[in-house]
Formats: sequence, C-alpha cells, structure tokens
Amino acid sequence: MNGTASELLAVRDLTIGFPAPGGLLLAADGIDFDVAVGRTVGLVGESGCGKSVTLRSLLGLVPYPGEVLAGTIHWRGEEMLTASGKRQATLRGTEISMIFQDPTSCLNPVFTVGNQMVETLRKRAGLGRREARTRAMELLDRVGLSAPEKRLAAYPHELSGGMRQRVMIAISIATRPRLLLADEPTTALDVTTQEQILALLKELQAEDGMAILLVSHDLGVISETCDEVVVMYAGRMLEAGYDREVMRSPRHPYTRGLIEAMPSLEVTDEEPPVPIGGQPPDLTALPPGCPFQPRCKFVRDQCAEIPVALDATLAEHGSACPFEGVRS
Amino acid sequence: MSADALGLKLGGPGGQAVVARLRKRAAEERRWAKVTLRVGIAIVAIVAFVCFAAPLLGFADPNQQNLLGALKPPSLEHPFGTDALGRDILTRVVYGGRIDLTFAVLTTIAAFVLGTLVGAVAGYRGGWLDTFVNRLVDTVVAFPFIVFILAIVTITGPGLKGAYIGVIAVSWALYARMARAEMLVEREREYILAAKTLGYSTRRIVFRHALPNVVRASIVFSMAEIVLNILLLSSLSYLGLGVQPPTPEWGALVAEGQDVLLTSWWVATLPGLVIVLVGIGFSLIGDGIADRFGRDFSLSGGE
Amino acid sequence: MGAYLLRRAVQAIPVLIGISLAAFLLIHLVPGDPARILLGAQATPKAVATLHEQLGLDRPLPTQYLNFITGAVHFEFGESLSQKVGVGKLIGTRAEVTLLLLMMATLLSITIAVPLAVAAALRRNRPVDHSIRLFSMFTFAMPSFLLGLLLILFFSLKLKWLPTSGYGSGFGGHLRALILPALTVGLYLAPILLRTLRIGIIDTLGTEYIEAARARGLARRLIIFKHVLKNSVIPTVTVLGLNIGFLLSGLVVIENVFSLPGLGSELVTAIGNRDYPTIQALTLVFGVSVVAINLLTDLLYSYLDPRVRL
Repeated sequence: MNGTASELLAVRDLTIGFPAPGGLLLAADGIDFDVAVGRTVGLVGESGCGKSVTLRSLLGLVPYPGEVLAGTIHWRGEEMLTASGKRQATLRGTEISMIFQDPTSCLNPVFTVGNQMVETLRKRAGLGRREARTRAMELLDRVGLSAPEKRLAAYPHELSGGMRQRVMIAISIATRPRLLLADEPTTALDVTTQEQILALLKELQAEDGMAILLVSHDLGVISETCDEVVVMYAGRMLEAGYDREVMRSPRHPYTRGLIEAMPSLEVTDEEPPVPIGGQPPDLTALPPGCPFQPRCKFVRDQCAEIPVALDATLAEHGSACPFEGVRS
Repeated sequence: MSADALGLKLGGPGGQAVVARLRKRAAEERRWAKVTLRVGIAIVAIVAFVCFAAPLLGFADPNQQNLLGALKPPSLEHPFGTDALGRDILTRVVYGGRIDLTFAVLTTIAAFVLGTLVGAVAGYRGGWLDTFVNRLVDTVVAFPFIVFILAIVTITGPGLKGAYIGVIAVSWALYARMARAEMLVEREREYILAAKTLGYSTRRIVFRHALPNVVRASIVFSMAEIVLNILLLSSLSYLGLGVQPPTPEWGALVAEGQDVLLTSWWVATLPGLVIVLVGIGFSLIGDGIADRFGRDFSLSGGE
Repeated sequence: MGAYLLRRAVQAIPVLIGISLAAFLLIHLVPGDPARILLGAQATPKAVATLHEQLGLDRPLPTQYLNFITGAVHFEFGESLSQKVGVGKLIGTRAEVTLLLLMMATLLSITIAVPLAVAAALRRNRPVDHSIRLFSMFTFAMPSFLLGLLLILFFSLKLKWLPTSGYGSGFGGHLRALILPALTVGLYLAPILLRTLRIGIIDTLGTEYIEAARARGLARRLIIFKHVLKNSVIPTVTVLGLNIGFLLSGLVVIENVFSLPGLGSELVTAIGNRDYPTIQALTLVFGVSVVAINLLTDLLYSYLDPRVRL
C-alpha cells in the first residue's frame, strides 16, 4: 500500500501505550490509515478515544509517560518511528505542522504574537529578521486578520479566540507544509467563527494543495470537511472509509450512534438527535472482543469473541463489526 | 487492556517485556518517596535517641575539661576530637542536641498550634478579626525573621528564653496565613455548609470538620520549619545572643571552634555537620510526607 | 499597571504602620527602665533624667511615637549611645555594604539555582533530579555561618585566594571581599529558589504552548531557555520577593561571620551594647526595606507578565 506517488503518510498498526495502575493501557491499538496528497482525512470519536494521541505520535510528541509500542509511520515512503529524533524534528513545523484545540493556551502568553511568528519564520523558514516580519504580516493578511502590524505587537490575551486560531493557522502554514494536523481546531470557538475557520482551512488547502488530518469529536465538522473518515473508539478503529459512504451507509453500530447523535443542520421533521447511551469506555477495563459491547444496542454473545480489526474484504470501507445484518 | 492481551498482540514475550519496562519505570519513580521517608525517620530517630539516652550510653559530663588533652584530632577515644579546653566534642554535641532538638520541636509545635488556630478562626469568622489577624501577620512577615527575633532578644536579654519567645512569635504568622487561606476555601465547601444547616456550632464545624484539611499543608511545612528553627537557635548562639557558654549547643560549638579553624578543623566542622545531618533528616521526612499527600509543597512557605 | 501598583502601595501602608509601631514599642517593652539598665544601679537620678530626655522617654507615648515617625521620615533617629554619632549617619555609611552584598548574593543565587532547576525539571524523578534535590536539602540544612567558615577555611586560609574578612578598600577590593559572603548567602537562598523554579518549569513544560512550540519544530534549547524560562521566572520573582526577609536574615548572620561593616553586624553589635536608638532604627530600616523590595518585585512582575499590565 505504501510508496504510491500520491501517498504522503501511511500509518500501520500504530499502538501507543501508557503505564496505568495494574499494567498498561493502550491509547491507540492497531491504527491503520493513509493520507494522500491534498486530501483531508478525519479522525472522529468521543474524547479519550485516542485520536489526539495518535495525531501527536505523527510528530513524535506522545506525551510522557506514554510511548509508541508498535507499528510504522511512513512519511513519503520513509519510516519515521525508527528515524532519529533529529530527523523527526526536521519535519516538525516544516513539512508537517499542527494547530490545536485551544488557541488561548497554545500561544505563549508572555511573548507578543509577532515575536512568536517571527521566531518560527526565522528558525523554520530560514528568513532574516526583517523578511520574517514582512512575511508574518503577509501571512496574517492571508488568514484574514486586518491590521497585521497591530496584531504583531499584540499579546495573545489581547486577541479574541477566533483571531488567535487564525494566528495559529498563519504560523502553521508559514512553511507551506504538505500536511496540516488539526486537533479539534474549532471546538473552543463559537459556531460562526467555527464556520469561518473551516472555510479558511479549505481555502488554504485549495491554494497550497496541502493535506489535512483533522481530529474532532464532532462528526458534523468531519463530514463537512473530510474526504475520508476514520472512526475511533477506545483506542481502536471501528470503521473507516470515504466520508460520503460512511455517512450514507454506516456499518458499525457506533458510527450509526454518532450520526444519530448529530444535530441536524436543516430544520426538518425528522427525529431529534439521540445521544449514545452509557458511559465512555474505561481503557483499563475493556471487555474482551469488541470494546463497544456495553453500549451497543445490537450486542450479542459473539461480540466477546470477535477480533477487533477492520474487515478488509469490504474494499475502501471497512468496519470492525461483522454483524451488518443486525440493522433494524 | 491487560498485559496478557498486549502480549498476545505483540507476539507474547515482546509485549511482556514492554509492560515490564514501563512498570519498572513507574516503580522507580515511586521508590524515592518511600526511601526518603524511611531514611529521614531513621536519621532523626537515631540522633534523637543518642542525644536523649546520652547518660545511659556512657556519655559523661559535657563540661569535663582536660587541658592536657586539648585540641586532639578525632580518634577512637574521642570520635569528634577535643576542643581548646580538652572537652570531648562528641559528648558536647550529644548534650547540645538535647537543647537544639527540644527547642526545634517545641517551638515548631507551639507555632503550628497557635498559628493554625488563629488563622483558622480568623479565616472562618471573617470580619474585623480577620482583618486584624491579616494585618498582624503581614507586619510580622514583613521583618526579616532574624531581625524580629533579635528585637525580642533585645527585650528579654540573651538566652534560651528570648530564642523561644522570638521564634514562636515569628513562626506562628506563616501557619496562620496558610490556615486562613485554606479556611477561606474550606468554609465554602458543601460539607461545611451542610454541617451549618444541621445546626452545629461554628466552633464545632471549624474544629471537627475543616481543621484536618487545613492541617495537611502545614504538616509538610512544619518539617522545613523544624530545620529552620534549629538553624535559628544555632545562629543566635553563634552570634552570642542565644545559649550562653559553657552550656553546649550546636551553633555555639561551631562558634567555639571558629578561632582554631585552620589548625583544628574538627572543632567547628563536626558539630556543624551534625546540624546538617539532622536538617537533611527532617527535610527527607517532609519530602516523603509531601509525596504521600500527593502535592508538591515548596520547601519553605516564604518568610 | 499604574492602578495595580498603586493598589499594592496602598496595601503596604498598614504594614508600614505596624512596622513603625513594633520598632517604636521595642524600647518600651524592655522590662524595667532602659536608662537604668544602661547606666547601671549606681547612676545618679540626674544622669537617669538626662538620658530619659535624650531618649525622649520623658514625654507621653503618643508624642514620642509622633516624634519617632517624624524623625524617621527625615532619617533622624537621634544619637547612637555607643558610638557618639547620629544613628541616621551610621546607617547611611553601612547600608552600602549590605546593599552590595544583597545584590551580589541574589545574582549568585539565581546563577546557581536556574541551571540546576532546569536540569532537575527536565529529568524529573530521575537520578539527576534526586541528586539535585539532595544538594538542595544539604544547603538548606547547612547553617550559613558554618558554610561561611568552610569557605573561609578553603579559599582564604588554605588557598589564600580571597580575604578572610573585612570589606577591602576601593570598589574592586569591596567586590573581592564580598565574593565569599555573597556565595554563602547565595547558596543559602538557592534551595528555595531552586525548588520553586523546578516546579514552575515542570508546570510550564506541561502547557499547550510549549507543546505547540515543539510542534512548530523549534529547537529544544530555544524552547527551554526562551519559552519555558521566562514563564517560570515569573513565579520565581514572586518567591524571591516573599523570601527577601529570609535573604536579609542570612545577610545579618553572614556579615558577622565575615566581619563586614554592614547593617546586620551593626544590629548585633547594637544589641550587645544595648544601644536602643540604633536597634530601633535598624529594625525599622529592615522592615521598611522588605516592604520596599516587595513593591519593586511587583513592578518587575508586572513588567515580566503582560497579563498584569492591564
């Protein structure tokens, strides 16, 4: 599967563990997905499903004390997990960059926006001080911030949440990355700003042809933006495929639950959103077999025995649930 | 996810090895807390035992002079050597320890109890009492503590009495400040409000329910305070304003050895190192307790 | 920022009143008649009365306090009883030593504490961290006078690099004379700075903006020495301010160890001589200095943290 011309990123069997009382918990367990040039892939699931840690592992930033236990990450054909820390670091902020959920807390509060932008441009794009400043203003202009001069002199707390996220985006696109990792980029923002930020991302993508790996708990955001989608639950992949197919004909009961829980954008007479019942999974005490059993409406005895792996026979749209027929 | 399942996934032994490695790392990090507490308690217990059981252990009069055997270096007979008057330094350290340890523990307990009560009551009651206590604390804390203690020594005259009064008069303030701060948080907690609606008296609520929580932070702090109080008494004696000669006291012993430092290093140094040892002992206990309480308290609350 | 500092200054007023009251009442709390204690049992009533007048003890308490305050504002504290010279002048000549020592000690302390704190925080709960923690316990438990003596023993008596005591002559001489005292006080303060700074760095390392800086591919060194350090220095400035009293206490003892003609050694001498006006004045000066330095710390704090400037 690796090595095709359009392939940017290929993740296989990615397994990330954290020490926990009584052993080990797997925050990601056997994750496989690809990102092709210029495409947008979404990782979706409830909080704690391992999507954020998966995203961080791509930059070699799994938070201590966790670590990647198994798997491979190929970046443009090159295996990155076994590469040196130095090699991994050269990708960060140049070919791959990242934006975060909370723009309030991901800019250093004691330095001005300009200081942090110029610093990144000088270190990562190799610009001189003056060039970096000019470029910083261009970038701010490009992400739709007016009066860039004034913004550069501002401290992060002097900007609104939406403005800060635009600054983060400006920093992240500064080096024209091939892949942008976006960790819940709109979750902390109000609905209007959310729409604007997503539109901005799409626009930048259309201009630069960068790929986006978008992580969100909000299937609405994912389906609006993504070409492909990976559904995660308790560190496992439960379903993956083209966004349109997954949305139109979900195969896993969990995916269906997520779709039913989505507030509908159009005002219709359809049934109101139904949240998925039950508690989010406890990663230290998962049942054998399918992790979704305790909350699944269609649970049956065999669920405890199935291996949790995507059914590869279903080309381009895999599901970890072999009981498709259970649909009511 | 259990270790077995991972072992299965990674092909058995490999998975087990990963789990073992991660577990070992976690265990190593926890070990420090256990070791510190035990080592600290051992140091303090041994020193305290030797000091207070001194006559039983064969330590004779600390002021016994032997001018012919003056300034002898450490030997089997005199493990810490002898001073300018031929007195056995180890004996003097052991008897001096009684004064220092008693002083440090008593002043710490007194300041702890006094400060915590005053702070807790002020924080709970609020109003003019709280304002008054707060201002008083601010004023006491505004002085460099040694200046405040020296001022009190001015009033009482040099000696152990001045040191006792001075140290307690200074240190209560920090406990009061901590207790007050915790109390302001505690009194808004639900269980306090619930106890109030059940009709318990104010005093009962403060003392029975909130105090245990208030006390926790102070306990860790008090371990650092014991060290500080030993240092204070020895500093005062060193300056000639604390325990008066010939009574042995650790700081005074260091001062006595100062003049013969170059020729007879042991006279000042060995008693000094005992201070350091005991100080480390109490610090280790404080560290161990802090880890157990699960919060990283600072070494000293700040005076 | 102006409003913030103004508020802090106003808050300091009751404390200043408290300090002046404490310094003033000092002489009245001495059991018995201070004049009699000073002059001895055989003193003539006339001599006692004269001393009463000199100390102002013959006037009613409120008047005395008012005079004390008025004098203090003009830096007039009467005449020293043991050294026939104005107390204000005496303090003026000796303040330089203490101030210079204070600055050198603070600088040295920061120089010692910062690299150790960074090393400890980056290798948290590892052998390096534990060793640094043991080092800080060691220096914390070490009586400052013993540390001073050991440094004298090694650097002055054995190696003969530096003077054993005194203030030297000329500015260079002063600096040379202050190296060992400053190092002693610096090491005495270091564990407290170290501990706070370590926790500050650990907290900062866990923040999202540090993660974001790493994700931008900034070099580790830049992240630690620019982003982490500036954010950790902010709480440390507060701690330094809070511990200024602790620092000054160390100075008082160390000035005596090194026979430096500073305010601390003067205080101890004055207590030995029962020189009440000098004791009162020094008590006041030390108390007011702490308040003043705390205000300076607030100023520095608001400069370092843009969020406070509003």
